[in-house]
This record gives sequence, structure tokens and C-alpha cells, in this order.
Amino acid sequence: MEPVPRNLKILTGITSALFVIALYMVFFHAPREAVMGDVQRVFYFHVAAGWVGFLAFLVTFSLGIVYLITRDRKWDRIAVASVEVGVVFTFINIASGSIWARPIWNTWWTWDPRLVTATVMLLLYVAYLMLRQGIDDPDRRARFGSVYGIVAFVSVPITFLSIRIWRTIHPVVIGSGDPSGEGAFDMTQPMLQAFMFSLLTFTFIYMTLLWYRVRLGRLSEKVEERKMEMMSI
Amino acid sequence: MAENTRAVGGVGRKSAAAGYLRAVGAVVWKDIAAELRSRELLGSMLVFALLVILIFNFALELDLRARQTVTSGVLWVTFAFAGTLGLNRSMAIEKDRGCLDGLLLAPVDRSALYFGKVLSNLIFMIVVEAIILPLYGLLYNVNLFIPSLLVVILLGSIGYVVVGTLLSAMAVQARTRDILLPILLFPVVLPVLIAAVRATTGILQGLPLEDYQAWLNLLIAYDIIFLGVAIISFDYVVEE
Amino acid sequence: MIDVRGLVKAFGVKPVLRGLDFQVDEGEFVAVVGPNGAGKTTLLRILASLARPTLGSVSLAGLQLPAQSSAARRILGVVSHQPLLYGDLTADQNLRFFGRMYGVADLDDRIPEVLDIVRLSPRRHDLVREYSRGMQQRLAIGRGILHRPELLLFDEPHTGLDPDSADMLDDLLTQVAGEGRTVVMTSHDLTRAGELASRVDILSGGKIARSIKSGELDAGELNSLYYEVTRG
Repeated sequence: MEPVPRNLKILTGITSALFVIALYMVFFHAPREAVMGDVQRVFYFHVAAGWVGFLAFLVTFSLGIVYLITRDRKWDRIAVASVEVGVVFTFINIASGSIWARPIWNTWWTWDPRLVTATVMLLLYVAYLMLRQGIDDPDRRARFGSVYGIVAFVSVPITFLSIRIWRTIHPVVIGSGDPSGEGAFDMTQPMLQAFMFSLLTFTFIYMTLLWYRVRLGRLSEKVEERKMEMMSI
Repeated sequence: MAENTRAVGGVGRKSAAAGYLRAVGAVVWKDIAAELRSRELLGSMLVFALLVILIFNFALELDLRARQTVTSGVLWVTFAFAGTLGLNRSMAIEKDRGCLDGLLLAPVDRSALYFGKVLSNLIFMIVVEAIILPLYGLLYNVNLFIPSLLVVILLGSIGYVVVGTLLSAMAVQARTRDILLPILLFPVVLPVLIAAVRATTGILQGLPLEDYQAWLNLLIAYDIIFLGVAIISFDYVVEE
Repeated sequence: MIDVRGLVKAFGVKPVLRGLDFQVDEGEFVAVVGPNGAGKTTLLRILASLARPTLGSVSLAGLQLPAQSSAARRILGVVSHQPLLYGDLTADQNLRFFGRMYGVADLDDRIPEVLDIVRLSPRRHDLVREYSRGMQQRLAIGRGILHRPELLLFDEPHTGLDPDSADMLDDLLTQVAGEGRTVVMTSHDLTRAGELASRVDILSGGKIARSIKSGELDAGELNSLYYEVTRG
């Protein structure tokens, strides 16, 4: 077993510290929002999770291109790890959006463009993983994953745009009549600080989880290699 | 001897562009000729489309007024599902008898194969749509032969087939082949469905062009963007 | 004609070909034999430009693969153990399709000519799905030589053929090879390989373990050598 590298341990430490501080900032430093109350605090993590979900997808898209050019499977390994982490964060994004919507608009779901796009992104992620699962050859798996990662990523902004146009022309009766907002509110200075800090923290969490996941991938490949060697003796 | 074989092939003389177009044409011709003989693709797509319309009829209990708002949705869902069948089958034919290798051995750019497949898939889809459309119009006493509607159907089908052909080339090589294509395709092709349904509704309601122009633009943009992405990616999907 | 040096092909972490060297001169007929899973089909697919080498260099008639694959495919004729034919089309239509894909100029003359060579002229307008396995193989060879390639690659062509069809195939192979073409054939049938080829290469352990020119050994000795090499 490979020991956890020192840098990763340091990163984990930093990330944990950031998370604790973020919790403090969100629950104590940021004031109680006038209209929505405490439930508004979900917003900080909701948006941060959404940001990470998008970032993860962007990383997969870029690494997909890099893999197709270099054919070095280490890029593909990171791309897969990114998707897996991204799925989790996108799910958190959707779930927290739902939790936020319930007390505000008395509904579990709003057809808000960002929320719907996040759901489509989740579906794309899952499709990506299912595609890979159905292929045995590692090189082909990496190739197909890269291509789908690229195609899927390109479709996300177009999907967002189409839902947005749909919402402006056909406002939904239930839920927020404002097609661009999810219960908009003005942010005061402390709120802005909490918001930015949450973004930073979640980005760190992403990087930490990514590193662990890539490491896991590499170790399991090593196990496969050893197995192959044992079998051919 | 060697000199003889190189010259007689005649390929050196012909321009590369003519060879490219000829290959695309050959693939389309081959798919149509095979389909004329077996009729399995069109047959299954048509039957499936009819079944879907039937199911919608009973599931939605459409009275005349409700039907107007729902017609475009029903039509496009039908096209999307039937389209999946066609895409799957079209690629499966190549994969199952190893014919894909035969295609890949040809001394042409891979994109010629892609274009050929896209064109034949598009033709099949249009044939099915051309039968379903008047049939639906007949069943529900609605006139669907509006030129602008036909344009929307064409643009939507192009977007669907452009992405679908690329993804079916991947799906057909996976173990979970049949269920995988819709899972891969539908989230990506969602903007096409949204835009096509909205534009269709607008046209059926007799709205002026400005009201649904945005949707047409979206369709055209989607078609162009994904055609570009697909042409570049297809190589990577078929090269080992 | 064919120059392969240090060819390595791995699927994921599993190496199949481990630094293989393989040279074939113009006009030679080389049979590559070896146990199942030895990598014969992999080698052939790489030569046919259907797969990329992981490492090493492969060149056909001076053209490098995979960089100049498109040009290389012009001079290549490949017959796999799958017929690569469309069952819903007739023999004529199949040949016409491939002829167009390869840019063969004189198709109307060439198609009957090829059907004659593979002795399928009477079945020209019959659907391929009604052909027997042997007939499909012959038509597949017809497709392989349609564009007058200089290099022919056959992947276990005798698979699934009854003895009569296999013998007819042998005649065909000898005839086709005799027109000055270079042929590489993989086979698991050692005896046939020894009779047809001018050279037999034994693929084992991811490399060409032994190379035997025709006439060096008789059938019995070839057999013993094969088992000796592939056991070890």
C-alpha cells in the first residue's frame, strides 16, 4: 500500500480547516436574511456546489481533449475522477435547491433554468459513467469517455439557453415568476464574504476529493497489473 | 506488375473530392438498397411510431382543444423514440457482421463514412416522418402540411441525427448497447426537442414568424455546432 | 514490402505483442501460425491499419502506419474470418459498393472478372444471405482483390469451411498469390499453412519465435517444432 503523500495530507488539513471556517461564516458571520430567514443560508452551499459541479465538468471536457491528443491514460483517470466528484456535487446542488424552494415557494421543484440545467448535467454525468461501464477495453473506454465528455459539455450551455428562452416566453404558474431569479435578494458585505468563502472552500474540497479519487484509480490499476502478472506466471 | 496495379486502379487521376463524394454516395446507396430488400428498419420504426401515437391517444384523453396544445409534443416524442430505433439498427447492421471494418478499410477519410451514415439515417427518419405526419393529421383532423412546419421538422431531424449517429457508433460497441443510446442521446439532444416543439406549437397556432424565430435560430445553431463537433470526434470513435 | 520493428501492442495493461519484428518481401507468401490468443489477429489488424500500434514502427511499401494509413489502404486487400459482406444485398451489389468506396474505375468489367476468378458468376444476382459459408468466403476474397491490391492479408480464412470448400479456397489462394502479390495469412491449420506458403512464422510469446522457409522441414518436423516452440 502506498502511503498518502505528504502534500495530500497538507491539502486535506487545509480543506478541513477551510470547511470549519466556512461553516462559521455561513451560520454566524452572515446575517439572517430579512425575507427568507435562516433557510436562505442553504444558498451559500447550494451555489458553491453548483459551481463545483460545473467546474468538474469543465475539467472532464478539457482532459478529454488532452487525452485524445496525447493518448496518455493518466488524463483519462483524472477525467473519470472529476465526473464522479461532479455527480455528488451536482446532486447536492439540486437537493439543496429543492430544500431552499420548499419553504419559500411551497414547492419542491421550480422550473428554474439553472436547476433544470443542473439536472440535465446530472443525467449527462450518469450517462457518461454508464457508457464507460459497458466497455471492457480500457483504451476504448477512455476514448469514448473523452468524446462523450466533449459532446455533453458543449450541449450544456445550449440547453441552459433553450430553457431560459422557454421560461421567458412561457412563465410557469407555480414557483417564481421571475425567470432569472431563484428568489433574488441583495447581498450585504458579510453575506458576500460568506459567499465567496464558500466558493473557495468547495473548490478546495473538490480538489482534495479529486486527488483521493485519482489515487484510488491508480492503485486499483496497479492491482489489476499485479493480477495479470500473477496469472501469466 | 506493380506499375500495372497502381495505374489501373484509376484512383490517382481522380480528384480527392470526387472520391470523397462518391464514398458518401456509396454508403447512402448501400443503406437504401439493403433497406429496400429487408424493410426491417422502416417497418419497425413505423409500427413503433404508430403504437406511440395510439398510447398517447388513450393516455392523454385528448379532446379537440387539449389536442391543439399537445400535438407538437406528441409528434416530437414519437419522432424521438422511433428515431432511436432507426439509429440503433443502422449501426448494429455494421457492427454485427463486422462490416464496420469493411467500411474502415476503404481509402477515404473517416468523415465520409460519418456523412454517409448521417444522410441515410436522415433519409429514413424523414420517410417515417412523412408517413406519420399525414396519418396524424388524418386521425385528428388537423392540417399538418404547412411549409414552415416541414422546415422545422427537417432542422430538428438533422440535429437529432447528427448527434445520434455519432453516439450510436459508440453505444453499439458497448455491452449495454440497446438501452445505452437513449440514455446518452436524450440529455444532449434536449435543446432540439425543446426548440422543435416550441416552434411547431407556434406554427400550428398560426403565430407570425417573429414569435418563434428564436427557436429556429437555436435549431440552426445547434445543427451547425454539433455537426462540427461530430465530424472531428467521429475519427476518434472508430479508430482503434 | 512489409517492415515491422519492435511492435508492441497492449490492451490496457495486458501486452499481446511484445516487441515483434516482421519483414516480408514483395511476392512472398507468409503464413503466421500460433495458438489462440497469441496475437495473430492483432498483428493482422495492425497491418490492415484497423488498429494502432502501442509502440514500434510499421510500414507497408514504404508507407508508415498509422500516419499514412489512407494511402496504405489503397494497396491493401483484407479478408477477415468474418465475411464483411451485406447479407441483404446481392453479390453484384456488394462488389459494386466496395468498388465505389475504393474508387475502382472499370467496375462493369471488373465485377464479372472477379466473380469469374472466385467461381461465383452464376450466383451474381443472388442475395448474400443465401450463400453458404464457403461461398461467402470466396466472395469476400473477390471483394479483397477487387481494387487490385499489391498486398493481401488473410485472417484465418479456412475457419468454418468444410474440407471441399477449404480445398477450393486453397486453389484460389494459390492462384491469387501467384499473380505476383504479397500475401500474409494467419492460420491455425499448420499443414495447410506449410503447403500454401513460401514461409511459415510461428508467433509465440508476443514475438515471431521461429521462421521456417518452405522446404526446410517436412510436415511432421514442422508439427514437432511448432509444439516445441509454443509449449515453452
